[in-house]
Amino acid sequence: MNVFTTQRFYIRFKRMLPVLLFSMADPALAQESGDHQYTAEAIQSGYTVYSQQCVLCHGRQGDTVDGIDLKNGSFRGVRSDSDLEAIILNGAAEGRMPAFDLLDSELNSLIAYIRAGFDPDGASVSIGDPVRGKEIFNGKGGCSDCHRVAGYGPRTAPDLSYIGASRTPASLERNIVDPAAALLPINRAVRLVTRYEETVIGRRLNEDTYTVQLVDSNGRLRSFRKSDLVTFEISQQPSKLPTVLPEDEVADLVGYLLTLTGL
Amino acid sequence: MLKTFKESSQVAIAILVLTAPMLSDATVTFDRILNASDEPENWLTYNGGYNSQRFSILDQVDQTNVENLKLQWTLQNQVFGAWQSNPIVADGVMYVTERPNTVIALDAVTGGVFWKYRYDPSPEATVCCGANNRGVAILGDKVFMGTLDARLIAIDRITGVPLWNVEVGDVELAYSVTMAPLVVKNNVVVGVGGGEYGIRGYVAAYDADTGKEVWKTYTIPAPGEANHNSWEGDDWEHGGAPVWITGSYDSELNLTYWGVGNPGPDWNAGQRPGDNLYSDSVLALDADTGKLQWHFQFTPNDAYDYDSVQVPVLADIIFNDQLKKVMMWANRNGYFYVLDRTNGEFLQGKPYVRVNWSSGLDENGRPIPTPQPEGMPTFPGNQGGTNWYPPSFSPRTGLFYFSAWQDYATIYRPVEQEYTPGRAFLGGGFSVLAPAPGAPTIGIGRTSPINNWTNEVGHASLKAMDPQTGEAVWSYDQFDVSDSGMLTTGSDLLFTGGREGYFHAIDARDGELRWKANLGGQIVMAPVTYMVDGVQYISVISGHALFTFSLPH
Repeated sequence: MNVFTTQRFYIRFKRMLPVLLFSMADPALAQESGDHQYTAEAIQSGYTVYSQQCVLCHGRQGDTVDGIDLKNGSFRGVRSDSDLEAIILNGAAEGRMPAFDLLDSELNSLIAYIRAGFDPDGASVSIGDPVRGKEIFNGKGGCSDCHRVAGYGPRTAPDLSYIGASRTPASLERNIVDPAAALLPINRAVRLVTRYEETVIGRRLNEDTYTVQLVDSNGRLRSFRKSDLVTFEISQQPSKLPTVLPEDEVADLVGYLLTLTGL
Repeated sequence: MLKTFKESSQVAIAILVLTAPMLSDATVTFDRILNASDEPENWLTYNGGYNSQRFSILDQVDQTNVENLKLQWTLQNQVFGAWQSNPIVADGVMYVTERPNTVIALDAVTGGVFWKYRYDPSPEATVCCGANNRGVAILGDKVFMGTLDARLIAIDRITGVPLWNVEVGDVELAYSVTMAPLVVKNNVVVGVGGGEYGIRGYVAAYDADTGKEVWKTYTIPAPGEANHNSWEGDDWEHGGAPVWITGSYDSELNLTYWGVGNPGPDWNAGQRPGDNLYSDSVLALDADTGKLQWHFQFTPNDAYDYDSVQVPVLADIIFNDQLKKVMMWANRNGYFYVLDRTNGEFLQGKPYVRVNWSSGLDENGRPIPTPQPEGMPTFPGNQGGTNWYPPSFSPRTGLFYFSAWQDYATIYRPVEQEYTPGRAFLGGGFSVLAPAPGAPTIGIGRTSPINNWTNEVGHASLKAMDPQTGEAVWSYDQFDVSDSGMLTTGSDLLFTGGREGYFHAIDARDGELRWKANLGGQIVMAPVTYMVDGVQYISVISGHALFTFSLPH
């Protein structure tokens, strides 16, 4: 079992490495993530096509259609650029995604924009050595005091096993450098007191008008009816402070986090 | 003792005749629809009646017994996607559409399906916001459905077989029909969608017997017509102004009322100087000729996609000590209006959510524009303070109920765009104001059961408006936003839903929650109520299923 995991991780890592090296070599052309390479220019003009054709349904961040996160590369049944192309040109999902009649140049730049994680500026984030990054994560960075990765660590803060697949380098860097500005509201710490006088500290997983679901400080899944709560507070501050690590170590951390793409 | 087969089957037939809905029973005449409030056991038109109040006098389900509501049957959808359809119920038979253009006739008591008619729209069909269909209209022995490829189809309501099928608009230019048609006299009236594709909108009436066009009125005046000068150059030819929500009808005035959508391109108002009439307006059209009698524009030269496709809600109320024929309108632009529906006179208008694109309305109801600097958020955001979700007016409480989106804003990025036939014509882009860079936000629909965007990007607030003051008497907030319509009843219950999938029964007088059920999928239509064999039913669609409740019986 372990052998398999290690092996798969190794393969993934090997595939990732040239990308990272390439990124470091030429940040302006750093957006290789599918089966083509994209220029910053194509990505930029893809932004225009996206704004005109796609944003209404998919949203500015590409995540407003359920199960699809264009920015972070999670699609239904799309493996290659030509799959993406086919869906854009022919439509999909029983007409929920209409067919788009685009020029070749528009299509190519749109795919570039999507594949580049919507991030023409992402090239400016420096990505360091993932091996050193892992050491910092588990050591002086203090990340593993709260975050869990691949089955190890506490559950206080979000599990980062997939973070490299769901965030752009710019977003990861921002989270380390300026957590107050980058922390998503859902991840803010909550404190509640029930009418049975139990106090619970935790992190929200979901909330609606009448209930809230969270993981508490003991790592348990808890669900509460709001009508049972006497107090329900959401912290306005993130529980972590801006990092004091130097820039090159932040880059290493970002490099490590980008390798965390799940199983 | 065993009966013979013959005897028992005779008994069964006798029971059947007494209790089963009879498809061949009374025909649904125009007079019946006109007097729909006299037969609350039926729901004969999209908005329940020509005044579009979505108020039913039925009161079997009341404030005290509503908590006993019991699920009677469920109809599972066979296709995915937001289910915005509104059922029609006539003499125990329900007609509901599912995506993209299928009509289902079913027993309103058991959910048993009589027939399905499936129309496959042309692959050329282009719609901005999903393969939506919001329901059918009924007249005589026919039901009528508009289609995504801009056709109108009449279907035999007993056999489910199509009788005629006519073109309403050019599918290659991205015309579509998503609304439930409105039957007036012997005409079937529809409007066209396509406001994101540079169409030129219109409302058109077709003869119910033949499908022949009776009249057609454009929502953008041609050269030589009044108000054409609210456009420059050829902007009017592809200026949008679609009509994609069912209108209302006043038989005394013989006027039909239609909400008109946004001008195109959506977000670049500078590209189309002028008021851009009759985009974002309400039009009063003669029911027999389609002739424009009056108009009122809510948002001149709109830069925010503030379609005025809300349902015109009609009531005769005492306003400023005078009996007035009014029209109440919570607009996507964030203002709640009361108009005189005889002539379109502005009686009152006040913001019901935070509004910063305008600092108020002048004495004629025209907004005083305060466009926000580039990169700054505009309140309300692109989906509006409200949208197409049908409101309700209860003559018992005198209050107007609708779903508002509170604390929701958008940053617009207008871009010059040339019109290309049949292609998206949006003029830029927008992003929803988010509490952190890259944070998830809200869009057109919700299908995930997890809310990771939180109420910080906007949330629902059901508002009960007093038309006398233009202010909310009470509000009922939800954590997520809501695209649900409203139903009020003779027992002062208000039924509505939301994206979270809760179906709520609320005291329409004071906003107290009386009952709720977690149905588990977004509710993006308005509930309906009807009665069969002395039992009141309430139907609502949540996610991919239609649920029908009644008291135990």
